[in-house]
Amino acid sequence: MQSENFAKRYGLVIATGLVVGAAAVALTFWGNPANMGFCIACFLRDIAGALNFQRAGFDAEVGTGIVQYIRPEIIGLVLGSTAIAFLRGEFKPKGGSSPMIRFIVAVFVMIGALVFLGCPLRMVIRIGGGDLNAVVGLAGFAIGILIGIQFLQRGFSLRRAYQQSMAEGLVFPALMAVLLVLVVMAPSFIIFSAKGPGFQRAPIAAALVIALVVGVLAQRSRLCMVGGIRDAVMFKDFRLISGFAAIIAAVLVGNLILGRFNPGFAEQPIAHSEWLWNLLGMVLVGWGSVLLGGCPLRQLILAGEGNTDSAVTVTGFIVGAAVSHNFGLASSGTGIGTGPVAIAVAAGFVVLGVISVMNMQKLEG
Amino acid sequence: MVDARGYSCPTPVIMVQKAVKEGSPKKLEVAVDNQCSVENVTRFAQSAGYKVAVADFEGDFKLTLTK
Repeated sequence: MQSENFAKRYGLVIATGLVVGAAAVALTFWGNPANMGFCIACFLRDIAGALNFQRAGFDAEVGTGIVQYIRPEIIGLVLGSTAIAFLRGEFKPKGGSSPMIRFIVAVFVMIGALVFLGCPLRMVIRIGGGDLNAVVGLAGFAIGILIGIQFLQRGFSLRRAYQQSMAEGLVFPALMAVLLVLVVMAPSFIIFSAKGPGFQRAPIAAALVIALVVGVLAQRSRLCMVGGIRDAVMFKDFRLISGFAAIIAAVLVGNLILGRFNPGFAEQPIAHSEWLWNLLGMVLVGWGSVLLGGCPLRQLILAGEGNTDSAVTVTGFIVGAAVSHNFGLASSGTGIGTGPVAIAVAAGFVVLGVISVMNMQKLEG
Repeated sequence: MVDARGYSCPTPVIMVQKAVKEGSPKKLEVAVDNQCSVENVTRFAQSAGYKVAVADFEGDFKLTLTK
């Protein structure tokens, strides 16, 4: 087999990054919150709110919280992945690789993401918008990944997965289809914010179609924020990180065109400047995501391909979002949460440490 | 043979990396069960100077690395 040429090796992942970046700017232009064209953590948190698992910022006057909405972007990403996986014969239901450990790690990854105010994807999008707090987050994210790599190199593994039934693999995509029906029908038991970020949303059709396209591309290119830094460090493989860079470039250019590039630390949209917490939150996200084998975006894509461990992980994210908001751990534009943030973050490090150490094993074939 | 079936990346690549480091074998067979791992192991093996051939293996994939 010939060595891949540059275009084949980097073309698809860079194209995906550019599309993700452009899509993020477009979705913001069409109504999504600023610097939040895509944010897997925020959007899963909004879905948790729509299902009334949390009612952060509840306002009695309007009768809703501020982050409650079924984000079609999440549905589109998963179903785009499912569709292309079926077309290419890559839909393979599998699972059983320490699902409960993954669930717990996911809860803490979400807590970390909501302390920072964004998943790794939104971190990159925030950087492209000029939010320097996100550069602090990136430093933490990289530190977290480096910590995780130490354990990977010492044999960390959540053990192997096994083939599952087609029905098992289809549960998560089916749930997304149910959410799609719910967001379109908007029955009264589903709650959509009447104010706040949850009220800022791109039209359903636009969000869904864009996310479907991104879901297809992300499945094909294996785009992953964590994988980018991890592979560059571990294998000197710069393929995935080039996608990461492409997102920043596209978002930057898009924001410059729309006059929305606003460099600085202060008064950034849906962000805070408590640097220590921005850093520590993303250390938790980076480390946890290495243990999970991919960033939250990648988990959605894998769940779409029938990976039930990733489906459990996404469920953990949703529970983590509810925990974050119900216990005052999530930050807001005014600063970190009013709850026991330090205790939660410290607990996260202890839990990740114990899980990392306890799952080091000899990797024999 | 390195049997990395059931593992998701980067574990299969780490297993191959370890096998290559320990013995620098002229020939190495690797089994994986997903296309993503096929791509990742192939990329790693090529960067380590191996030629890679992919074949079907009980419904999964077998990569034969040679140099």
